[in-house]
Order: sequence, then structure tokens, then C-alpha cells
Amino acid sequence: MARDGGVSCLRRSDMMSVGMGGIESAPLDLDEVHVLAVDDSLVDRIVIERLLRITSCKVTAVDSGWRALEFLGLDSEKASVELDRLKVDLIITDYCMPGMTGYELLKKIKESSNFRQVPVVIMSSENVMNRIDRCLEEGAEDFLLKPVKLADVKRLRSYLTRDVKLPNGNKRKLPVPEDSNSVDTSLPLSPPPLTESSDSSPPLSPVEMFSSPLSSPVDDEDDDVLTSSPEESPIRPQKMRSPGLD
Amino acid sequence: MNTAVARLQRQFQDYIVSLYQQGFLDNQFTELRNLQDEGTPDFVSEVVSLFFDDCAKLIKNMSRSLEQPENVDFKQVDSGVHQLKGSSSSVGARRVKNVCISFKECCDVQNREGCLRCLQQVDYEYKVLKTKLQDLFKLEQRILQAGGTIPQVDI
Repeated sequence: MARDGGVSCLRRSDMMSVGMGGIESAPLDLDEVHVLAVDDSLVDRIVIERLLRITSCKVTAVDSGWRALEFLGLDSEKASVELDRLKVDLIITDYCMPGMTGYELLKKIKESSNFRQVPVVIMSSENVMNRIDRCLEEGAEDFLLKPVKLADVKRLRSYLTRDVKLPNGNKRKLPVPEDSNSVDTSLPLSPPPLTESSDSSPPLSPVEMFSSPLSSPVDDEDDDVLTSSPEESPIRPQKMRSPGLD
Repeated sequence: MNTAVARLQRQFQDYIVSLYQQGFLDNQFTELRNLQDEGTPDFVSEVVSLFFDDCAKLIKNMSRSLEQPENVDFKQVDSGVHQLKGSSSSVGARRVKNVCISFKECCDVQNREGCLRCLQQVDYEYKVLKTKLQDLFKLEQRILQAGGTIPQVDI
């Protein structure tokens, strides 16, 4: 980047580490949702990272399945991981990657005792029914068609927020009953269809579901306190199937 | 001055709308714009800048693979096209993406001539888009410098 600018979504050092395929990992706040994003494309990593940060997630972005396993401590060479340091609430991975595909990464995660409960979402630019089925059968939580949009990420976010403590009851517009800590599971999740949007799709609505719309990462600390616990089984939404695009 | 700002804003509006209408951009670009805010005012320009760097690199590699008629590495070319299609799709670079679709077809049937044509076309398209977006971002800067705000544009 020629320009350094003022505050940018990714500090130059972040961009460099993301660019070099390094592991960008900020100190973990246990109250925040932490997402591990895996994509070999730098452009896609930057975009998914921004999408996730805008929805109040902490993000670690890596450029390969191997680095993801390394980060999770699932590669055989490393010593056992410091489990209390590592809290991953969601793993979102591209399908087509050189070396290890997203599907192979999914399998490895589901084979691990530490991380098999973590929801894994697959992203792909290709709407191949067999591929989608295989991933869902292997335990993927969801399948997103690229290019990923804010609405897709918001939907993912919604099934991560099971126990939501609201410090300020007015902050969130989700229909959470006041006398309960749990998220109303009858939330209308009406997801958009998993197709590439045509030009006639409705204009993007502002981020009204979440309390920190389009805030810079600096604001994230004061956001909702989430008590999501990875060991609980996630609410399984309806398996998202892409309508066939012939 | 207010009228100067208004004029610049109108110019910006017309220009960006024309980019969509002429098919240079699609609604994924709108998505990116919507991810930008006061805290991240350079998000879009940074992402597209990375995209254009990516284009240059991938095109150079594919060009090398296509160079020797007797020895074309179509696997490498296919991989390059796949990556280019992916990133162009992610930033809303519609024309670039569309060339990639044809490019992939040529690759699938190992049509070297076709690939070379597509390569040339994709090189042209990304450069044109780069110039257009540079102009767009310059307009944005002029608006901001004149004390105005960048209009939300509903395409």
C-alpha cells in the first residue's frame, strides 16, 4: 500500500501479516466471538475479515488449511496448545485451496476432540450440489456462495449468539425477551437464497440487527457480552441448500 | 462553497452510476462501499488496489505459461483464471469476471489461441477499471476536501 492513511480497517502491519500468509491474532477477549477465517486469496481474506469485524467478531485470518491446523494446534509437530488461550467460535473456510481443501480441513476439525463442536462454514465460488452435500454431510454448519455478502455473515452471526447478556437492553434490536438470558430461538432467520445476487436484488439494508453497525474495530470491546460456550452444540439452522443453478 | 460541493457530488453520482450501467461494476462493489465508514475511509480503495496487484501478478504468470505453443501449462493457467475470477467477483469487477468465464472455457478445451485472446482482454479490462476507479476515488477526495460527504448511491 502506498498510502498509510489514518485509521484503516487493517493496520499496515496486519495487512502485511495477512498478505504474507502469517497468522494475525490479536489478544483474545473471552467475551468476544472469535472467528478463524481460512482463504488462500488475499483479497477474499481482507473482505471476509472486514465483514466479520463489522459484525463484532474478532478475526484470525490464515491463508491455508495447514496454517489453520497449526493455529488450532492440530498439526502433529507442535506441542499441545494452550487451550485456555484458544477460543474459536466459528471457522469459516474457502473450499478450493491449494494443498488442503476446505473439505479436508473440515474433516480434520471434525476428527479433533477439541474442535469438533466448533461450527465450520464452507465458502465456495461454485454452486456444485455434490460439493455442498458432501460438506454438509461431513458436518459443515453452512455453505456460503461467494462473493460473500454482509447478509450472509449476519446470518452466521445469528446462530452464534445463543446466550446473549445485554448490558443495555435497548442496544440490540433482536427480539430477546427481557426475563431470559437466552436468545429467542424462534428468530426469523429468513436467509437470502444462496445464489449470486442479480442486479435486481434489494439494496443492502443497514446493519440494524447488531448493536455495532459499521463500527471500526476499536469500538468492539464495548459491545455485547456473549457467553457462547463452544462445548454446547450449536443451534443447527436448517441446512442451507443452494437451489441448483443450471 | 456549497454549490461547489453539490456539483462535485453530482459528478460523483453520475460517474459511479455510469460505471454500473456500463457493466464495469456490479453490486458486490456496492457491498464493499457499504463496509466502509468514517473509521475505515480507505477500505474500498485498499481492497481494489490489492485486487489490481493480484491481476498484474496472475496475468504475468499466465502469460508465461502460455508462451511456448508446444509446452503450455494449462493447469497453471486454469489456476490463475480461477483465482482471478474469484477476486474479481469479490470486488465487483464485473467485466473482468466475465472475461474470466470465457477464459476458463478456453482453458478447459486447451485452446491456446483463445486463452491468449482472453489474457489480452482481461489485461485490458483490469487496466481500464483501474483508471476508472482511480478517477472515482479522486472525485471522492475532492468532495471531502471541499468539506462535503460522499453520497450514498443506490444502484
